Amino acid sequence: MLVVMFFVATVVFAIIHVIPGDPAAVMLGPSATEAQVAELRTRLGLDAPLLLQYVRFLVDAAQLDLGQSLFLNQSVAAALLSRTGVTLQLTLMAAALATCIGVPVGVFSALRRGSWLDQAVTGIAMTAASLPSFWIGLTLIEHLSVRLKMFPVAGYGAPDAGWAAHLHSLVLPAIAVGLPNMALILRLTRTAMLDVLDEDYVRTARAKGLSSASVVIKHAFRNARTAVLTVVGLTVITLIGGAIVTETVFGLPGVGNLIVSAVLRRDYPVIEGALLVISGIYVLINLATDLLYLVLDPRLRD
Amino acid sequence: MAREKAVWRRLLRRRMAVAGMVILAVVLLAAVLASLVAPYDPQRMDVFHRLMPPSGRNWLGTDDFGRDEFSRLLFGARLSMLTGTLVVIFATAAGTVLGLLSGYVRWLDDLVMRFSDALMAFPDILLAIALMAALGPSLVNVVLALGTVYTPRVARLVRGAALVLQRTQFVEAAEALGAGDVRIVRVHLLPNIFSLLIVQATFTFAAAVLTEAALSFLGAGIPPTTPSWGNMIAGGQQYLDRAEWLILAPGFAILFTVLSLQILGDAFRDVLDPRLRRLT
Repeated sequence: MLVVMFFVATVVFAIIHVIPGDPAAVMLGPSATEAQVAELRTRLGLDAPLLLQYVRFLVDAAQLDLGQSLFLNQSVAAALLSRTGVTLQLTLMAAALATCIGVPVGVFSALRRGSWLDQAVTGIAMTAASLPSFWIGLTLIEHLSVRLKMFPVAGYGAPDAGWAAHLHSLVLPAIAVGLPNMALILRLTRTAMLDVLDEDYVRTARAKGLSSASVVIKHAFRNARTAVLTVVGLTVITLIGGAIVTETVFGLPGVGNLIVSAVLRRDYPVIEGALLVISGIYVLINLATDLLYLVLDPRLRD
Repeated sequence: MAREKAVWRRLLRRRMAVAGMVILAVVLLAAVLASLVAPYDPQRMDVFHRLMPPSGRNWLGTDDFGRDEFSRLLFGARLSMLTGTLVVIFATAAGTVLGLLSGYVRWLDDLVMRFSDALMAFPDILLAIALMAALGPSLVNVVLALGTVYTPRVARLVRGAALVLQRTQFVEAAEALGAGDVRIVRVHLLPNIFSLLIVQATFTFAAAVLTEAALSFLGAGIPPTTPSWGNMIAGGQQYLDRAEWLILAPGFAILFTVLSLQILGDAFRDVLDPRLRRLT
């Protein structure tokens, strides 16, 4: 895991520092004077040799010192931390939505393989996976918020609005982020179930007269669980990606919003910090999935 | 050749795959012929006809500058197809070379695979947007950024296939006969991973179209004045309540293009080689 994070940090450093072009000059724009650029270069430590910059970057990152934002008058760590809550809630809601619909419908679809219901479900899932989440978000805003006034158009509500108002404002973003992911989870659950349903022990269970609910839940799904877990773990990364874009659409004060404005303002320390933190979270989630395998599959506990 | 014919026949028997191909052909045709077919210059502004609903004059209405939405949609198709194609070429070429290298050169293997792990620890859009922040917005940079995002997947796939194929009897036989690595790769490996690459290329194309749209939507992709589907949606979002057609047209264009590519990718996978299911 540390090895992965080392390479991640190297990639992040390479993106900002090795790609040709002077971050200081880009940041200040074409109207900046030589002296201003030189001053900023010194402030950012960009005048040091590349290797020294790299070592400094790694040491700082290892100590979770992500530096100062160039625009926010805030440390990068504080800026990220103050926006994590919203993103976390959004991601969790979207994940819950995607899993709670995707998994059972995927199982159901596999049981009715080839029927018109199965085909309809597959078709809907493919459509959902082909829609950009920001477009789903805009369409939901137009129809449910603007016309029917069922949800707030944008924003997260006032800080003292209470959790119900906050959750209410996250419903549409969670649908927009969760829908493409639901499609992915559904399709892969369906495939995993189809594989398991073909196995001999499932046929044996049926043959000995067990009810079909018992066969599906106790025999088939138990063994498809690890495959489903893999899928849910893998889709977390697309979920975070969807959240980054969707927060902008809904004006949610989350990490995604921070990143997008940092990119447009070229606030490099914030971009670097966000890249490190998000990939760190992903690596942690991978670790958690690996541990969950042990819980779900006794065969792996050696 | 007989095999190719059989593949086509099996492909044409699938109604969905045929529908996908037809839609893609239309999008491709729109992209190639945009300058001939478009009724107006996509950049021509007309302040007297701002935000006009779809009509006989402007089939898909006009945007906030009075530019013809249908013409912009056609030129957007050109951009999406161009970006998709270039990204696929970049990712497939770079991924194949890196994958084969790490399948054959022991000491490179670890390095290439660790870097691809690292690149795949970011959401597509995050890595792309960070690269765009460093490179600056332009079509070439979008291709470079998305190419970098999708190369590791191809590399992994090719490496995996190379490792499997190295242990097959026909490759071992060729080695026993004294064939060098280069010859084995050219004569035995590449033809065998070709179907794998086609399937992956189709899915990469779909992902590239979606991610390019998101990049442009966020203002970090194709420069905002250029008609691209993502830019059109970004421009239309302010006028949602008055001019919904501004986001509907590019939205459906993205949907149909990506959906067709996904259907086609699935069909290719099933038709070219059923065993591929295990590898992709």
